[in-house]
Amino acid sequence: MTVSIKGRWRKRSFEDSWSGYLFMTPTILIASIFLILPIIFAVVLAFQKVQLLGEVSYRFTGLKNFVRMAQDDRVWIALKNTAQYVAVVVPIQTVLALALALILNSQIKGRSWFRVAFFLPTVTSSAVLTLIFMWIYNSNGLLNNLLSLVHLPTYNWLGDPAVALKGIMIMNIWSTAPLFMVIYLAALQDIPDSLYEAATLDGASRWEKLLHITIPFLQPVTFFVVVMGIIGTFQLFDQSYIFSAGSGGPNDSTLTIVLLIYQYAFKSLDMGYALALTLMLAAILMISTIIQRTIFKEERLD
Amino acid sequence: MKSTRSSISFLYVVLIGYTLITLLPFLWALSASFKPLAEIAAGGVNLIPEHFTLNNYQTIFVQEPLFARWLINSAIAAISVTILNLLFNSMAGYALARIRFPGNQFWFFLILAVLMVPGQITLLPKFLILKSFGWLNTYQGLIVPSAVNATFIFMMRQFFINFPKELEEAAALDGLGRFGTFFKIVLPLAKPALAAQTIFVFMGSWNEFLMPLVIFSDPEMFTLPLGLNAFKGQYISYWNYIMAASMIFTLPALAIYAFFNRYFIQGVAFTGGKG
Repeated sequence: MTVSIKGRWRKRSFEDSWSGYLFMTPTILIASIFLILPIIFAVVLAFQKVQLLGEVSYRFTGLKNFVRMAQDDRVWIALKNTAQYVAVVVPIQTVLALALALILNSQIKGRSWFRVAFFLPTVTSSAVLTLIFMWIYNSNGLLNNLLSLVHLPTYNWLGDPAVALKGIMIMNIWSTAPLFMVIYLAALQDIPDSLYEAATLDGASRWEKLLHITIPFLQPVTFFVVVMGIIGTFQLFDQSYIFSAGSGGPNDSTLTIVLLIYQYAFKSLDMGYALALTLMLAAILMISTIIQRTIFKEERLD
Repeated sequence: MKSTRSSISFLYVVLIGYTLITLLPFLWALSASFKPLAEIAAGGVNLIPEHFTLNNYQTIFVQEPLFARWLINSAIAAISVTILNLLFNSMAGYALARIRFPGNQFWFFLILAVLMVPGQITLLPKFLILKSFGWLNTYQGLIVPSAVNATFIFMMRQFFINFPKELEEAAALDGLGRFGTFFKIVLPLAKPALAAQTIFVFMGSWNEFLMPLVIFSDPEMFTLPLGLNAFKGQYISYWNYIMAASMIFTLPALAIYAFFNRYFIQGVAFTGGKG
């Protein structure tokens, strides 16, 4: 009896190994070739000079690509643009997302309609959004038309390096805030009503409840939203590329790290250097994610 | 939280105000797509076109013979990527949740680790690999690398882990193998998770800009975001055409969003909370 059960079990477990791997085959194949192999490639090739034209060839150059990075003005410009972007976009979109979520979470009729409307920019392609905003900012566009309607001076919004990046920032806040709003909305459902009821009995005002219950309770979510915002900012590409027709202009004012990587790889055909920049970007993103995960975990354990 | 009447009306004002901010750019673009160029150049701020015309929509298909091709390319890529993702992610998620095979844990943790690696990091090596396959400027070059997604494998695993065991046992008694059980019993019951996945994968592929930009140099192979960008370069200041083209591209995504809206919110909450 025991033997036959064991035998059946062994048969089952053999079948399981077989079918397990059969179920996993597409994932294993695609992930190996297009995710794991590329990661290895990125690390190895960042230390090489890559010849792309004609026959692809590689030459080991040690740390040369990384030394060059430190002396490259455009790298610093891209980092400076990104830092500016983080400093403006992340706080505003986080506060806006929280405010919208709090409002939608109060007893308001038609909240699902508002939610559907707010979400439209999130599901629209970045290419379309950028074109719409370029048209609004364009010298003959909606913004200038509205300004001249109220007799204010019009302006060449797209051509001035001082405002071009701000134009992209406004668009980005507008299109990303609703996504984080939904994350906040989901988190708000998890706050136990009993907390608010107890506070009401203690005579707390609405502001006191917001400051002492809601915001502390949402702290891990806020942290998540901020880190995701920072990561998203470092990955900015589409908007800058379309705004500046790939140049990062006017005067490098919309240059981002990913755009710089793209330019080095496909305009200067300097794949090794572009990959070294990619590794720098990867390091920034990894560190952000790890910080986020560690703190998120600690919050959960508390 | 009790609210007074005046504060409730204040909230409505804020909400309606923000709704206008959200919708105005879209309505403005939609309105421009029905205006003749002369009316746009005159610089009015009227939302309702004075001289309503469908000409812009006709013209883009005539003036830009590749426009229809770009639309078809986008559809082929987005639909293939969605179908493959639904199938492969569910299979992998099911295997990781329910089948005890050697290496199960290893693959699970590898997928979790891969989750952390953003697409921009693998972009250039992927380009080199696709180049060596001769897959640049081909559909498979865009479709195959995107056919699985670690986030959704993880999501499907979480879904299947809570799946009632009795159903599978009943299926086994009926003589169904692993594959039969999966396709006939398990998958049909996974509809909510599949719907959330459908909308995210479809939108992601439909709206993707960077990957097609890198692998497609042949205008015949462009997807619509690339086409729109090229179109903008060519018809600069013909905003009526550019907006009409943008609207055509936005419509399918909006339809999918309207249809799957409920699952979309759930999906955001999932990827947001656990990603």
